Amino acid sequence: MNFPAKTKTDFKVVGTRVARPDGVDKVTGRALYGADFSVPGMLTGRVLRSPHAHARIKAIDISAAEALAGVKAVITSDDFDVPEDDFLRDVQDNCIARGKALYHGHAVAAVAAKDAETARAALKLIKVDYEVLPHVTDVDAAMAADAPVVQEGRADESVPEGCGPNVTNFHEFGHGDLEAGFTKADLILERSFKTEATHQGYIEPHACLATMADGRGDLWCCTQGQFFVRELCAGIMGMEASQLRVTASEIGGGFGGKTTVFIEPLALALSRKSNRPVKIVMTRDEVFRATGPTVSSSTDVKIGMTKDGRITAGDAQLRYQGGAFPCQTVSFGAQAAFAAYDLEAVRTQGWNALANRPKEAAYRAPGAPVAIYAVESVVDELCQELGLDPMEVRLKNAARDGTKASYGPTFDQIGLVATLEAAQAHPHYTAPLGENQGRGISCGFWFNFGGNTCVSLNLNNDGTVGITEGNPDIGGSRASISMMAAEELGIPYDKVRTVITDTNSLGHNDVTDGSRVTFAVGLATIEAARAAIQVMCRRVAKIWGIDEEAVYWEDGYAKPSGPNAGNFDPMSIAEIAAIASETGGPIAGHHEVNAEGAGVSFGVHLADVEVDPETGATKVVRYTVFQDAGKAVHPDYVEGQMQGGSVQGIGWALNEEYIYGEDGKLQNDGFLDYRVPVASDLPMIDTVILEIPNPGHPYGVRGVGETSIVPPLAALSNAVSRAAGIRLHELPMSPPKILKAMMSKG
Amino acid sequence: MKNIHVSTTVNGDEVEFVCPPNETLLDALRDRVGLKGAKEGCGTGDCGACTVEMNGEIVCSCLILGAEAQDAEIKTVEGMSTGDALHALQQSFIDNAALQCGICTPGILVAAKTLLERNPDPSETEIRYWLAGNLCRCTGYDKIIKAVQVAAADMRGA
Ligand code: FES
Ligand code: FES
Repeated sequence: MNFPAKTKTDFKVVGTRVARPDGVDKVTGRALYGADFSVPGMLTGRVLRSPHAHARIKAIDISAAEALAGVKAVITSDDFDVPEDDFLRDVQDNCIARGKALYHGHAVAAVAAKDAETARAALKLIKVDYEVLPHVTDVDAAMAADAPVVQEGRADESVPEGCGPNVTNFHEFGHGDLEAGFTKADLILERSFKTEATHQGYIEPHACLATMADGRGDLWCCTQGQFFVRELCAGIMGMEASQLRVTASEIGGGFGGKTTVFIEPLALALSRKSNRPVKIVMTRDEVFRATGPTVSSSTDVKIGMTKDGRITAGDAQLRYQGGAFPCQTVSFGAQAAFAAYDLEAVRTQGWNALANRPKEAAYRAPGAPVAIYAVESVVDELCQELGLDPMEVRLKNAARDGTKASYGPTFDQIGLVATLEAAQAHPHYTAPLGENQGRGISCGFWFNFGGNTCVSLNLNNDGTVGITEGNPDIGGSRASISMMAAEELGIPYDKVRTVITDTNSLGHNDVTDGSRVTFAVGLATIEAARAAIQVMCRRVAKIWGIDEEAVYWEDGYAKPSGPNAGNFDPMSIAEIAAIASETGGPIAGHHEVNAEGAGVSFGVHLADVEVDPETGATKVVRYTVFQDAGKAVHPDYVEGQMQGGSVQGIGWALNEEYIYGEDGKLQNDGFLDYRVPVASDLPMIDTVILEIPNPGHPYGVRGVGETSIVPPLAALSNAVSRAAGIRLHELPMSPPKILKAMMSKG
Repeated sequence: MKNIHVSTTVNGDEVEFVCPPNETLLDALRDRVGLKGAKEGCGTGDCGACTVEMNGEIVCSCLILGAEAQDAEIKTVEGMSTGDALHALQQSFIDNAALQCGICTPGILVAAKTLLERNPDPSETEIRYWLAGNLCRCTGYDKIIKAVQVAAADMRGA
């Protein structure tokens, strides 16, 4: 790629706080989300789900449901072929159980009927003969040698001898001599932690509308990746990608949880069978029971430190339970655990295990928050024991440019030290604390992704610009993309309109995840704009009768490159567009790339909490986020990501958890009992954006969406330990647990 | 089950629809009246995405029956702007980036509007408690609270 050697630093549009193009639609109720589409003749689809955590499905009798008036189709796993590909088969089996129901809420059948009421009645008429099997939901129990087997034979070749039957894969990262490192330490602490699964908790339940006839399909759905949905659904339905068009609706939150399919193949199969459009909208309890929460984890961390605060060695064992299907999440956790530190000796080992729970799905920096929670808690406890300043210790050990990261690579330009220094210099760090209050600090890290990206930029006849891209806009990316196009072309932001397109109108785009969009789609947009600029300069050179190289582009105008080139009046983009048909036809720029060079990002969070000694309830009284954005394209949205992720992390630390009963059933499948933070639980969330340019992007952009959920878990735990004089080693730190710990301390 | 005929007023317009006796007001508004602004986030009164105003009070329309709307005065997010002039709150939400995905926005706008009608100068704490029934998973609420404060000041002419 042909980027300028130095990333751009002076901007006209990028870095300003323009209004988002979808704002008016969203504040007036016009915007169409997943459940808002309808078409004539549409049926309502509903799903029958397993009441058991683990059960063999001996027989399903759908005849009575099929006979009910108004029912147009009933499906079970028999309506699908078994895909050869393991991954596709898992996705399909998670959408509808084949042979065994693997968790409470696992889909076993689905119906399409003339209305919701008939569909609900039909579900009651489906008779499933279950043989209930022993189940396991706890991560440590699932790892045990004698645990109930969730799925036979799913261990891959990475799994060492002697692991329990549910362990699916093993990862190990690190370098240096651990033993030698630990001998240099003045204090070694070894601690074990447990965290419960949490849910992304997007407010919009999954929804889709499918039409399938003559081997061709159309699917509308709320998703983070219409191209991936097409790939999965076409594979499951046994059709060619060209025959399935997927259009993404506006999306009401995802955070990683809308990166796969749950109901889409069911809707397609119901449509195929009924020959009618079928819409399925999940209820909230279905969202909790049958979509992706995070892993739950059990972790051991051992860290050695000298009296003056140098970490001599770090070792962590991570055990993640990711539900009934294999996942790779522990590898992210094992890589991220010590990423913030420059260590001579470090090792992380991670095991993924199956359990009778819904398959985990990505949730903002998947795997990292719980790993870093454990490490940052031990670092903090070492500081407490040795009487050291937690900020100084982190600065002393911080990863910096040229550090060999615990997971292998050597860091290029990174902003951790600057971020720590900003936190240290901030008034929050030295502000006085009240009674029962404590301050916690934690670092956080996320890799950020790039990936396959395709952008098309078209110059309209009036000189305005249309951009077509393939990533749903969750948090304002349409604005950021338009801004980067405007910046590069040298035209006002409102001359650009960016639309998110369906799978038939653009090349493949990876899922909107990994904080990749502003980085990768932005990069492709800038390159597409440069391609269009090249075309425009060529056209102008032709008009002026001079060499292409003698024309350059500046602030929306083609200009002769100097007196030698000739004396011509600059031509504006509008003038060039107006006569495009006379100079060779429409003008466009495209760019297709598998973007590499996503810059890693670091954040540092400061949290002040007050713990009520009577009730054990924790209130966050002050919170400040420091994060390196590389370049903040739209500072409002960067702040929004920092604030939103922090609050999700606060919920994870203090209150949110999946609660399973002895019977393996989820006890809290609604927002009443799975309580996410509400406005009155929180203070304002202060933000400080740092901009250490990412050399892998023409404007220096890094991903920003995920890092913010990583530090809150430890920041809150560290704050609670100072406020209440007790340290919990499990999340969430709900009032009864804190109260119990305070009372047993006396 | 016999359907029920309902005559009501929605955003100032007289509206009639026929719905089953067990259909929620939310579904009736969305599927019979054709106003999709109110969203279903939970269906159990816990998220506030379905918030509308009914006879001057904010309600979770997922907890009310369509049949109960007989002779009522309903206001939804679609009724907030006048022509192409946005309500001060709507404008402030855009200006202050108070939405990310935007799914919670209609409910929050309706709730915030009723607050400012009762109290033109609410404190931060009052805004936070008034909106405690409206979940937003994206924003962390910071920018929402600020947007309400800015709109309140605007509406007071401050
Ligand atoms: S949908 Fe009515 S409160 Fe959630
Ligand atoms: S903006 Fe997404 S839930 Fe509020």
